[in-house]
Amino acid sequence: MQPGAAHWSFDEEDLAAITHAVSRFLAETGAHSALVVDRSGQLVATIGQPLPFDPTVFATLTAADFSANDQLARLVGETDFTTLFHQGEKESMYVADVARRLILVALFDNRTPIGLVRLKIKSVVAELTSHLDRAFARARESGTTQPNILAGAADEIDELFNW
Amino acid sequence: MSMINYAAREINCKIVYYGPGLGGKTTNLEHIYGKVKPDTRGKLISLATENERTLFFDFLPVDLGTIRGFNTRFHLYTVPGQVYYNASRKLILKNVDGIVFVADSQPERMEANLESMQNLYDNMAEYGYDLTRMPFVIQYNKRDLPNATPLGEMQAALNPGWEPADPSKARVTPDPFHAGENLVDQLSGGDWVERVSYFEGIAISGNGVFDTLKGVSKLVLKALA
Repeated sequence: MQPGAAHWSFDEEDLAAITHAVSRFLAETGAHSALVVDRSGQLVATIGQPLPFDPTVFATLTAADFSANDQLARLVGETDFTTLFHQGEKESMYVADVARRLILVALFDNRTPIGLVRLKIKSVVAELTSHLDRAFARARESGTTQPNILAGAADEIDELFNW
Repeated sequence: MSMINYAAREINCKIVYYGPGLGGKTTNLEHIYGKVKPDTRGKLISLATENERTLFFDFLPVDLGTIRGFNTRFHLYTVPGQVYYNASRKLILKNVDGIVFVADSQPERMEANLESMQNLYDNMAEYGYDLTRMPFVIQYNKRDLPNATPLGEMQAALNPGWEPADPSKARVTPDPFHAGENLVDQLSGGDWVERVSYFEGIAISGNGVFDTLKGVSKLVLKALA
C-alpha cells in the first residue's frame, strides 16, 4: 500500500473500528491485552484488560524496538521484519506492523498458543490495513484530516507558558 | 509529526534533545523529571550503558497544560551523543516536532559541537526535514565553567543564521528572550539573516533548563496554530 498521507488523524469512528477488530482478535486468541501504537511511538489505543504498567512508556519502547529491528532487517538484506515475537516465561508479546504506520502489540500468557496468535493476527492486521487505507484516502481527498484545533490560539499558547 | 488524539483529548508532540556526547542532554531530562509534579509526568526511561552513557535514548513524557480542552503532552527524547551511534540517533529523529541542540561550552568540545550540528542537519535532511523551517532552539550548556567559550563565539559558530526562508520574515524581529538582540536582522551588507533562539544553561543545577523547554514547546505549539 501507499505510505499514506503526510498528516493524518483518527476520529472517534476510526478508533471504534480499530477497537472492534482488535477486541475480536483478543476474544479469538485469549490474549489478554493489546496496544495500538503509531510508528513514532505515540500510543493510539489500549484494548482488553487494564495494563499494569505505563502504556505511554511501553508504546515508546515498542516503536523503538520495531525501528531498530527494521534497520537490522535491512542489514541482512530484508526490507523489514513485519512481526516480532518476545517470549517470556509467563508473559509473551507478539508485535506486528500495520501498513508501516501502526504497530499492533498483543500481550498474552502461556495459556495462549503462539501459533494461534500468529494465525489470527494476520486477519486483524489486514482489517486494520484496509481501514487505514480508507483513512489515508480520506486525508488525500480533503488535503488534511486534521482540523486545526489550535488555529488562532497564539495568545492561549503564550498564556500556557506563563510560568 | 504531532498526533492529536481526539478520544483522549490530547495533543502529543515529540521533542528531541540533540548534541555532542557528555554535553548535558540527559541531565536536562533528569532535572525536568525531578522538578515537575509527579502527576504531570511519566517515568523517565533511560536506555543506557552500565556507565550511564546513553545507548539508544532517554524518554520522558510531560504534560504542560491544557489548550482548548486538549491536554498538551510532550514526549522528550535525548539521543546518544557519541559519534558512532548515528544509526540510533537517526531513528529517534523520525517524526520529530521540535529540536533542542545542547551545546557544550568547554572550548575543547567546540569541534564536537560543530560535528554534532552538522550531523543533525544531515540526518534531518535525509528524512526530508528542513531544520531552518521547524521549531529549533539551542542551549549553551555549562556556562558556569570558568573557561567557557564566550557566548558570541558560540553563536558565531553554531547559530550564524541563514537567509529567511520566507521573504515576508525579512524584517527586524526582536529576540523575546534577550533584550536588545534580534532573531531576524539585516547585516551591514544588506542581507537578512535569521537565527534561532538560544538559552544559556547550567543543566546540572537546572539553570536554563525550563526556559529551554518552554522556548521549544511554545514554538512547537505555535507551529500547529
